Amino acid sequence: MAAPLTLLLLVAVTVRAALYRSSLADLISERVEVVSPLTAWKRVVEGLALLDLGVSPYSGDVFHETPLIIYLFHFLVDYAEITFMLADVITAVALYLSVKDYNKQVFRKQKYALEADRYPLDCLELIRSPKEMQYIPLKVAMFYLLNPFTILSCVAKSTCGLNNAVIALFVLSTIKGNVLLSAIFLSLATYQSIYPLTLCAAALLYLLQRQYIPVNLRRFSFWWFVAQYAFMYLGSLFVIVGLSFFLLGSWDFLPSVYGFILSVPDLTPNIGLFWYFFAEMFEHFRLFFLCVFQINVFFYTVPLSIKLKEHPVFLIFMQLAVISIFKSYPTVGDIAASFIKHHKASSASSLNIFLVSCVLLACSALFPVLWHLWIYAGSANSNFYYAITLLFNVAQILLVSDYFYAFLRREHHLSHGLYLKRKDGSEATLVLK
Amino acid sequence: PAPKPNQPTSFEATADKEDTSAPETVVQSSVPQPKDDFQEELVIRPLHSGDIYASFQFRTLWETDFMRGNKVSHYRLFPKSLGQVISKFSVRELHISFTQGYWRTMQWGQPFLPSPPGAELWVWFQDSVTDVDGTWKELTNVLSGIFCASLNFIDSTNTVQPSASFKPLGIGNVTDHRFLRYATLPREIVCTENLTPWKKLLPCGSKAGLAVLLKSEKLFHSSFHSQAVHIRPVCQDWQCKTTSWELRQTLNVVFDLHTPGQGKLEWSLFKMFSRTLTEACPLASSSKIYIDITDDPQGEQFEVSPATHLLSQAMVLGDRRTFSVYDLTQQITFGTVRSLNLLIRWKSSEDMLRPLLHAERYVAGYGLQTGEIHTLMYNNHPYRSFPVLLLDSVPWYLRLYIHTLTVTSKGKDNKPSYIHYQPSKDRVRPHLLEMLVQLPPNSVTEVTVQFERALLKWTEYTPDPNHGFYVGSSVISSLVPSIVAMDTNSTREQPLFSSFFPCKEESSYFMRVYTEPLLVNLPTPDFSMPYNVICLTCTVVAVGYGSLYNLLTRSFQIEEPSPGLAKRIANIIRKMRGVPPL
Repeated sequence: MAAPLTLLLLVAVTVRAALYRSSLADLISERVEVVSPLTAWKRVVEGLALLDLGVSPYSGDVFHETPLIIYLFHFLVDYAEITFMLADVITAVALYLSVKDYNKQVFRKQKYALEADRYPLDCLELIRSPKEMQYIPLKVAMFYLLNPFTILSCVAKSTCGLNNAVIALFVLSTIKGNVLLSAIFLSLATYQSIYPLTLCAAALLYLLQRQYIPVNLRRFSFWWFVAQYAFMYLGSLFVIVGLSFFLLGSWDFLPSVYGFILSVPDLTPNIGLFWYFFAEMFEHFRLFFLCVFQINVFFYTVPLSIKLKEHPVFLIFMQLAVISIFKSYPTVGDIAASFIKHHKASSASSLNIFLVSCVLLACSALFPVLWHLWIYAGSANSNFYYAITLLFNVAQILLVSDYFYAFLRREHHLSHGLYLKRKDGSEATLVLK
Repeated sequence: PAPKPNQPTSFEATADKEDTSAPETVVQSSVPQPKDDFQEELVIRPLHSGDIYASFQFRTLWETDFMRGNKVSHYRLFPKSLGQVISKFSVRELHISFTQGYWRTMQWGQPFLPSPPGAELWVWFQDSVTDVDGTWKELTNVLSGIFCASLNFIDSTNTVQPSASFKPLGIGNVTDHRFLRYATLPREIVCTENLTPWKKLLPCGSKAGLAVLLKSEKLFHSSFHSQAVHIRPVCQDWQCKTTSWELRQTLNVVFDLHTPGQGKLEWSLFKMFSRTLTEACPLASSSKIYIDITDDPQGEQFEVSPATHLLSQAMVLGDRRTFSVYDLTQQITFGTVRSLNLLIRWKSSEDMLRPLLHAERYVAGYGLQTGEIHTLMYNNHPYRSFPVLLLDSVPWYLRLYIHTLTVTSKGKDNKPSYIHYQPSKDRVRPHLLEMLVQLPPNSVTEVTVQFERALLKWTEYTPDPNHGFYVGSSVISSLVPSIVAMDTNSTREQPLFSSFFPCKEESSYFMRVYTEPLLVNLPTPDFSMPYNVICLTCTVVAVGYGSLYNLLTRSFQIEEPSPGLAKRIANIIRKMRGVPPL
């Protein structure tokens, strides 16, 4: 499998390099759908220039990256393009390896379940065979690398690509069962943008499952493992935050980075729901709705973990999707990260998924058109762009829930059989009640 | 202008200024009165474009100490409201100007006292002030009441502390720029309501002396109108043994050639101001009118009547200029008709000197997302280069990217030797950029910086959001090399217009040039939509919540078909009868 993967990586790198050299690179790095005030490359360069002038980058309101990014790009600013291409390559390879490893585990579990006769006889066609799963890792890597959203994000040099790389490494280390590395990568991802904190539960569930510790609140072994993981995670987070303090010698970065993500002072339009909502918000209710919207991102962790405690890897992907829809400054790079779940497509509702995907594509095409009409032509106003934002987010939500529905239905069939019969023997339909 | 804030009654308007009694009948008191002195002058300069420039200056010098414990209670020539402002807010220097119109340097030359369009206020506080920001806020509100202007719009989002551009113009050794505050309101409109309280500060009011010419219907019917108040401590004599407080009230106005609509190139006091002069202010120690006749020593270009034999020469703006002087304290100036109506009649026209330093500014780019500010500085000296300090204060909602700052002269990169940049904080303070740039001789230096336009909250827009947002003028300060040796001694007899900016060396003079203010459009949200937006966005979030809630709390079950309507009614009847259902 190394050869097709290498070929894929070469093609991806070539496409990106070609785009870097063309005139589209400048155009793409200005698009608000691709970069946000948190991730724009222009702002990283501005922060470095401020540092050269002797002013702290956090004394103004232009730079909102973490100090480790300053550290990294202080040395790598001339090789920025290579850095971002490398980040994409790392993400793809990490996803490839993690999906391969995960498939092996899935097969092993399936084999045991088949031997134990746990599956009803008529759902054998739902069981995955090694043959059809052989190309799945490559498809996942290809889907990520050749996704236009990812390519745009990489060409714009948005630091979202670095965040995606760290999350992919976290997924890889979790699936491989390495507790320490998983904690470290998760703390790096949380350090850069707060929202990956919700992936903690999924990682814990998976690692507990892998070590055969039952999730029972009354058992000591469960709490001991949770304490270990929490210690490693919080410890590495504190170490990274402390390192950032020593870089610039002040705690200015805390309100500039985390205060900015949570309190949303900058209302630059993007593909998310926050900007227009808070541009039109009555001042009296601003704090209330800010809390509601931020809680909304973290709020699905507990119910999803309870429902999906047997399937923590799917939980990870669901959490990523929820984060990318409801975070305060989403970009298409986040959307790309959340599309990784596509390889789990099942046939149950593929028509629905096809329709929703078409809506997403149409919206992606309409974004630049309506932006131009508002900002440059002056013949439309902000409502047009906002409407497409709403539609885009609704489509994403429907896509996520369709995938979730398909997944749950497949699990139901695996345990109750594919062809169901009613009491009187006629064919039955399944509904959610 | 915004409604006046409620002021305590101690800041009443100086209604008690109509002191018509002769200066000699002073009330005897136990404490010797500190000496005060009032001078007034008017300089009229015909400009080559046919316009005429009139500059009034009224100076009150008072040897008193506002800062020591003994409260000053007897005010004579110095206005009480300003004296109380100085002592209450521990002000060392105060400069406030209100300007309508933009000074066209290329057509009119250099003004004696430059000022930017709108309102400009810069203050040096004494170093005894502990909370400068709080004092600044109170001071702007009080001045807003005194001058009937909306200076209460000055807050931290348009106030900066320049580190090099605004050094004190009076004596004093405090140069810590923590005590300096500079703010401008480019949107401020100047009208009669601002002129009236300004005139009330004068010792003679508008009843006698040169101030009778200040009639608002003529003054505001002009191309440029600027009125200012400058307060600073100055030395009384050459050794500086005693200091006194100097209050200068200046009014610069440029009358347009074509406005009177008569077509004849002829100016008179009556035509400009609809009044003539009948007497000097009795409280003034000197009251003079200067007509600039440098460009016409032999009387070929224009003719001034009534003629005068008094001539004076002064070094101003790097040039030695000759003036005809009319002394209003002499009775013979008014002649037999007891009234002075100066008449200037043009005979021909000629090109004028190019000013040595000149600046322009504009916004480049298209669309509402990004833009670029270009500032052009022209050095028209044939062989000397000199450094200039450029001060730019850009509001926070135009996010400057300092890494895109380029300074080019004659096509080549010209790196500034000193850059002081303070980035903005959203809704708290503006950008401050100060640079020291060396201008090569006979060249244009272009400073460009890119910016990004922010989307504001709907309540932060003005009621006319599509008018645009104003960016205050850039300030360019420099020591310009002068052709003739400047006079470094400051004496009482020096005309006021040449003694405003202190002159420390003979080879150069201080000049300040203001660029145009900019008008920039920002993207606007739809102001009619707050409720709709809240509903729609919450609907989308609810769609997400609802779908996930369904999937999380429900499980799959086999569906039992529900019986038809007839069967259901039959079942109900059967239940009522107590019979098992179908």
